[in-house]
Amino acid sequence: MHLATKAAFGLAMIALAACNNPSKNGANGVVDPGGAYGEAGGVSQGSINDPNSPAYFAGKVGDTVRFVINQSTLTDEARATLSGQAQWLNSHGNYAAIIEGHADEQGTREYNLALGARRASSVQQYLISQGVPATRLRTVSYGKERPIATCAAESCFEQNRRAVTVISVGAGS
Amino acid sequence: MVRWILAAAAALMLTTGLAAAQQGPLRIELDEGVIEPLPYALPSFVDEGAGSLASQITRVIADDLSGTGLFREIPEGAHIQRFGSFDTPVSYADWQAINAQALINGSVGMSGGKVVVKFRLHDVYGNTQLGDGQQLAASPQSWRRLAHKVADVIYARITGESGYFDSRVVYVSESGPKGQRQKRLAIMDYDGENVNYLTDSSTIVLAPRFSPQGDRILYTTFETGFPRIKMMSVGNAAGKLLPEVPGTMTFSPRFSPDGGSIVYSLEQNGNTDLYRMSVSGGSVERLTNSPAIETAPSYSPDGSQIVFESDRSGTQQIYVMSASGGEPVRISNGDGRYGTPVWSPRGDLIAFTKQSGGRFFIGVMRTDGSEERDLTASYLDEGPTWAPNGRVLMFTRESPGAAGAAKMYTVDITGRNLKAVAGVGGASDPTWGPLLP
Repeated sequence: MHLATKAAFGLAMIALAACNNPSKNGANGVVDPGGAYGEAGGVSQGSINDPNSPAYFAGKVGDTVRFVINQSTLTDEARATLSGQAQWLNSHGNYAAIIEGHADEQGTREYNLALGARRASSVQQYLISQGVPATRLRTVSYGKERPIATCAAESCFEQNRRAVTVISVGAGS
Repeated sequence: MVRWILAAAAALMLTTGLAAAQQGPLRIELDEGVIEPLPYALPSFVDEGAGSLASQITRVIADDLSGTGLFREIPEGAHIQRFGSFDTPVSYADWQAINAQALINGSVGMSGGKVVVKFRLHDVYGNTQLGDGQQLAASPQSWRRLAHKVADVIYARITGESGYFDSRVVYVSESGPKGQRQKRLAIMDYDGENVNYLTDSSTIVLAPRFSPQGDRILYTTFETGFPRIKMMSVGNAAGKLLPEVPGTMTFSPRFSPDGGSIVYSLEQNGNTDLYRMSVSGGSVERLTNSPAIETAPSYSPDGSQIVFESDRSGTQQIYVMSASGGEPVRISNGDGRYGTPVWSPRGDLIAFTKQSGGRFFIGVMRTDGSEERDLTASYLDEGPTWAPNGRVLMFTRESPGAAGAAKMYTVDITGRNLKAVAGVGGASDPTWGPLLP
């Protein structure tokens, strides 16, 4: 048994800092494959008034759909938003998208990761059904790790139960 | 290195004529539930050349013992007898007079660059020493471990069960606002001391899990942009990502008791199932195959079974299946959603997180689901982990709202002695490692 091992930790942690792919680092040092926390993946957001810009997609088409507690089925409102997303993606073949699934904090960490993946997958399947090639869509789940509203009430929880379609560079198109 | 020397200390059998008080042998029966802590006296260990370490080590021993809720220290100001040296004969009457049931005396010196601790445990009302005196030695920077070792011996002699003080916990250190939480892996002594960071906070990391031997750590990292399982050696944080199936997410890993396998969740096309992989990276075996979410697996201590959570019934519930897969049996049957089951190292209980009525509970049930007991309740309690002796749970408690923060708490399996792990700041997802050798 080695009592000296703890001395090694300090050295080991320094070595780790270099492991991250800088292109995936969003704002505040958080790895962010999409753009929810800043311009990620080298995608210029452009102007919200430019119908060909990711900013227009996020702000005017609507990049976010919400879900009922513990559910991943799409509401009518979500389908309407996603139909708009599909239209935009179908007419902007130079872009791909990463669909981020999220959960509110009223759930355990692992389950919420899985639930977020279900939600992201629901969105992906719907976009595919509207003609967006599967090769342009990836999914990721953040579980309950990235709430956008932080109060301890349903008014915040409902905002966090979401899937966000984040425009990225056009791999696969 | 800690050297254990069973000192052949002459037993100080004092054949006094005093009748023992109306007490049984010095013993705490943990199964009977301890309501009244056992009073003990721990006079500051005699300094034989170690300076302030003598009193520092004494205080850590006292913090360990009193921190269990099973023992209550009688303050030194009340002591009658004073120890001038390690071998000062014990005047049991002086300790009986202040109602101490247990007495620990000792000394701390230096020898060959090592700190040397000697101690004896006494059954005050039995007028006798309990067990042999012992001597331990370690390098000065490991003085806290020496204290924990002493406390573990005392705990074991009085309860008949192994202690848990000389152990470490791997966890996620948290900082920053709730919507942008920065997370990094950290390791600490069980009492929150000696914190070392294993990763930086450039990416989200979740739920680190010790190997049974405490030498490796599995965790989930977003460093590729997507949740992936990584394995590192304690002491070499570079680590390596486990093999990936493209387009999938992997998370919620846990080692098998022999350390040779990893059971984990793999998500593909929105569906999450359980898989097993050999640590060497060879074979991958699918253990569940359902359209439901299967996650949070944990092995039984003998490695023959896996407990996990699934929402195949429509809500999260706890199931047990053979470690090779097959038809699982649902064991959770109360009101609410049950998740994060963890098998006790003693094999007798499964700890879990329950959600019911908008609140979270940490609880335990027998492995067939019977005798469910809630131990805690709050806005958000989650993710229990077992002390190495199966008598205490550590878990995450998150306070509500924008200013909410995560802290680690401990509670014993009778639901008593709930308290926060002090001094580590924001922290979540603890996993308690084994008793150190």
